[in-house]
This record gives sequence, C-alpha cells and structure tokens, in this order.
Amino acid sequence: MKILVPVKRVPDPTQKAKIKDGHIDLAGASWIVNTFDEYAVETALRLCENGAENARIAGSEIIVVSLGPDDAAKEIRTCLAMGADRAIHVVTTDEEIDSLVVVKVLQGIIASEKPDLVVMGKQAVDGDANQVGQMLAGRLGWPQATFAASIEVAVDKKSLFVGREVDGGVEYKSVPVPSVITVDLRIVGPKAVKNNVTPETHVYSGEGARLPSLKGIMAAKKKPMVTAKVADYGAEPKAMIKELSVTLPPPRAAGEIVPDVVTLVKKLADVAKVL
Amino acid sequence: MGNILAFCEFTDGVLRSSALSNIAFAREAATHHGGEVIIILVGAGAAAAGAAASKFAPKVITVEDPGLANYLAETYAPIVAREAKANNATVVTATATAVGKDLLPRVAALLDAGMASDIAKTTGKDTFIRPILAGNAYSTVQISTPIICVTPRQSEFEPAAELGSAGTVTASAAGAIDALGASFERLDAQKSDRPDLGDAKVVVSGGRGMKTGENFKVLEELADLLGAAMGASRAATDAGMVPADWQVGQTGKIVAPNLYFAVAISGAIQHLAGMKGSKTIVAINKNKDEPIFQVADYGLVADWEKAIPELITEIKKLKASR
Ligand SMILES: Cc1cc2nc3c(=O)[nH]c(=O)nc-3n(C[C@H](O)[C@H](O)[C@H](O)COP(=O)(O)OP(=O)(O)OC[C@H]3O[C@@H](n4cnc5c(N)ncnc54)[C@H](O)[C@@H]3O)c2cc1C
Repeated sequence: MKILVPVKRVPDPTQKAKIKDGHIDLAGASWIVNTFDEYAVETALRLCENGAENARIAGSEIIVVSLGPDDAAKEIRTCLAMGADRAIHVVTTDEEIDSLVVVKVLQGIIASEKPDLVVMGKQAVDGDANQVGQMLAGRLGWPQATFAASIEVAVDKKSLFVGREVDGGVEYKSVPVPSVITVDLRIVGPKAVKNNVTPETHVYSGEGARLPSLKGIMAAKKKPMVTAKVADYGAEPKAMIKELSVTLPPPRAAGEIVPDVVTLVKKLADVAKVL
Repeated sequence: MGNILAFCEFTDGVLRSSALSNIAFAREAATHHGGEVIIILVGAGAAAAGAAASKFAPKVITVEDPGLANYLAETYAPIVAREAKANNATVVTATATAVGKDLLPRVAALLDAGMASDIAKTTGKDTFIRPILAGNAYSTVQISTPIICVTPRQSEFEPAAELGSAGTVTASAAGAIDALGASFERLDAQKSDRPDLGDAKVVVSGGRGMKTGENFKVLEELADLLGAAMGASRAATDAGMVPADWQVGQTGKIVAPNLYFAVAISGAIQHLAGMKGSKTIVAINKNKDEPIFQVADYGLVADWEKAIPELITEIKKLKASR
C-alpha cells in the first residue's frame, strides 16, 4: 500500500503559552511532531510492515508531507527516522496558509502521488481545529473514516474496517481505498492495527508511537526530502482564516484544601450550593 | 443578508440537547447576518422530528430517505451543502459532537467555506473566539469566505428556548445518494441510564489511581447518588478500566457541569482542557503536589479507598436531613 501521511510541527504542549504583540510568542519555542501525526506515522508503519524486524510488505511506501517553515525539516526528519520512506516539504509560513490552503496543496500532491490511503492525525494539538482530514476527503470526493481507534485491512486489500470513537460508543465503518483516515489516540494500542499480513501474535513494543532508533536516525539523513512551494500545487498562498488576536484565560481563583470529607460535604452544600 | 443553516441531531422525534446549543449560536449568528435560522434534519426519523424542531426556528427542512438511515459523512455532507446554497445560507452550523466534527469540515470543503471549529463565542458577523492549545489560550479568528462553517461547543452555549410560535416544516427530497463505497457496519453502544456526559449537571471522573475497572463501581455509586454522568482520564480509558467515550479532555469530551469530581486524576493539561470550565471542581488525590489541586475549588488529600465511601455516607446523611 502507498500511504501519504500529512504531518505538522507544533510547539511543545508542555511549555507555558506566552503572548507577545497579541499572538502566541513562538520565539524560542521547542517543536515536536504533532502527537496525533506521530500516531499516524506509526499507523502507516504498522499497515506496511509484515511483522519481521524492519521488514515491509513488498510494494508498500510511506510518504510524509508537511507544510511549514524551513526549520520544520527537523520534525519531518523525525518521521523519516521512525521509518517513513521519503518526504515532501512545502516551505511556507503560517501567514500564508489556513486549513483551506493546506487542503488544496495536499490535493495537488495526491493528484501526482496517487496514494492508496491518506492517514493523518485527527487534530493538531496547537490549533485543535480537527478539520483538514475531512475537508481533504470532501474535496477529493473520497470516503473518510475519522477518529479511528482501530483499522483492519480486508483480505483483498481493497477496503478497511475502521473502529471510530464516537459519542456513546464505537462505530464500525467500512471504507474502500483510496480514502482518508484520521487517527485517534487509541490507534497505537497493541492490537489496534491489523494489516492481515503481520501475524496476530506480533507484539508492538511500548506504549504510543515508536521512538526513532539510532539506526533510523542515521538512515533518515539519506532519505529523499524534496522541497516545494504552495503555488506549485495551484493553490494561492493567501489565508482566508486570520487570527486577529490571542488572549490567555484568567486563572481560576485559588481553591482551598479541606481537612476531611465532612468539611467537604458541608462546603459543597452550604458555600458552593451544589449538593 | 444571509440565513443560518443549523444541522441538528435528534433522537426519538426530539432534538438532542446538544442541538439546542447549536440553535442558540445560530440565533446569535442570525442577528449578525440579518437572516433567519433554518434547521436541517437529515436521516431516519427526520420527518417525525420536524414538528418538535419547528418550535425552535421559523423554518425546518427535513430530508429522509432509506439510503440515509445511518449517518455517513459521505451521504449527508452533499445534502447539507446543497440546502445551504438553495436557502441562501451564509453560515452553516453543527454542534461540535462526534457527528458535527466529522460532518461539517466536509460540508465546508464542498462549499469552499472557511471553518471555525469548537467555538466558545461569536463577536460579530465573521469573528469567532475559540480555545486553542488545549484551552490554554483563546484565539479570535476572522473568516473571509462568502460562506462560513462553524461548530459551536455545547458547553459554551446555553440551550435555546422554544419560540412563541412554530415555524414551517418542509420535506426536501434526498436526491441521488452516493456513499462512495463507504458503509456503516455497526455501533457498539455503551448502554447507560446515566445522563449524557455532555449535558450532565454533575460529573464524577476517575483516573489511573483507581487501578481497576472494578474499583470504578464505588465512583458509579457516588455518581448515581448525585444523578451524575461518569467520566475518566485518558490513562483510565486507555488501560481499559472504563469505556473510551468516558474520556474527558482536550481530545475527549469537553464538559462544564456545576460540579466535577476528579478522583485519582493528576491533572495533566490535556485533562484540564476538558473540565476547567466546570463551576465547582473537587479533587480527591493522595498526593498534595498534583496539578489538579491548582484548579480545584475544594481539594481533599486522601486515598479514594477511604474518602469515597465516606463521601457517599455523608451525602446520604445530608439528603436524609433535608
Ligand atoms: C495528544 C494527547 C492527548 C491527550 N488527551 C487527553 C484527554 O483528552 N484526556 C485526558 O485525561 N488525558 C489526555 N492525555 C493524557 C494526559 O497527558 C495524561 O497522561 C492523563 O490525563 C493522565 O491520567 P491520570 O491523571 O488518570 O493518570 P496519572 O497522571 O498517572 O495520575 C494518577 C493519579 O492518581 C493518584 N492516585 C493514585 N492512587 C491513589 C489513591 N489510592 N487515592 C487517591 N489518589 C491516587 C496519583 O497521585 C495521581 O495523581 C492526552 C495526552 C496526549 C499526548
């Protein structure tokens, strides 16, 4: 299977947000691959592997795509170090792009790469918008399976059986290829991805996405990464969604530590009046 | 002047409470756009729900067809997009539920519309305030496409009230339905008599410190005593202690009840993102240094094994004394 994985770098969510000139101050931020996108790379790898160490199903390929400034190349290399085969870096700035532009660029890349599947994170943990996968599927006229917590490839490899996390339970949806899958947190569970090749007994080590190995990091340096521009794909580098300003919410008023359960119930009943 | 097309979810002939938040936002948007709110109901039972929905808007469109029996973004999105154009809508809205989040970006793509997801507020015709960075900041965005798609966050918009007079209900034909090869297979529903996490007045959540699913029983007893919904941290859902759809947080449910109990939850930013808006927060944790105590109105440093049974006893006493 040929899989395209769009990824985005995000400021490390453990850093405290600071405001400068009405926007998030990103000078000096440290960057990571958006966690959900990292999970998407992991998912793509599990779909393409055959269970033997570092071995792949013949003919499979994973292409990572990212729109971002020059130095986003570092996070793209991280994805290559995890095991993706090659990358396309569309060099741009935040001012030039919004979800509509990103989707148009991805659409252009898909037209030339013709992947069987697009696997991506359900949302970026900076903007928290949760839009691009669905928009991309809509523009391509492809089916979509969002918020995927499990994926099973059909024996004929022509469709996927996807478990989706929805309100009130798990919905199972079947989608043919090509289609767009957006992944949720639990897609990296030990048995969440079944490609019908990797033996059922195979155990994925650890929790979450794999860390790049030293060998992977060395190999990534030699993997192809081409650069391109937004305009190369017929998209206009002009955002129709503009951030006017950002503010930090006021901190919650300090609470109190109560000594025991009796006091707690008394406060909830008499002061907060919620019991 | 443009109308507001509000995609509303319904069950058993009535609008879901999450849909009422959507209508509340749609009414605000209508004042900015000068048009009216049009509710669109799609799928099995849409026609039957039309009458109930008409109490909330001057116009209701229902689209029902055997081919739309199960929700699929592939079949629903073209219908919503078509009705948006046919009804001169400049804003298309859906509550940010699992369905709304799946559907509306696809509708936006079909309409070449810019989209504001999960908004907390609207400040004008094309400006919206939305939480970013797991709710650690609020971004004001301006969208300059002719049509705008918006998913309001349920916890930020008070449910809309009925209007004085009922609106009109029009059935619209589904037209050609093409699922593009996708099919709904089944829903493994979590049956529960408790209120929905999204609109519960009280939520009782447990974390990794509960250790096993069995141990959650005592929290459920507390929840049932209070008429509360159950919630959990990701650590508890990932460990399989409780169902995944109990997860509260940045990437789970966003809740804002009157009273939120965080039991054996450390208070990671991703969890806080989902419950910081609660009116009163109670944290019960054995470690006094956990970040959950920084957002809690009342903190109790204790083992849940001891505190929760005591809490149940005390609340029962309080109830008996009233
Ligand atoms: C991309 C991403 C998205 C995420 N989204 C979410 C999300 O939506 N929601 C979410 O919750 N998390 C989310 N997380 C995970 C989050 O970062 C934390 O890992 C998680 O919230 C921790 O859960 P916890 O507090 O239950 O576990 P821990 O952090 O392990 O805390 C357990 C707590 O239990 C206490 N404890 C232990 N024993 C007892 C006892 N006997 N009595 C009382 N207290 C006890 C401990 O002191 C501790 O504070 C996300 C993470 C990532 C990377």
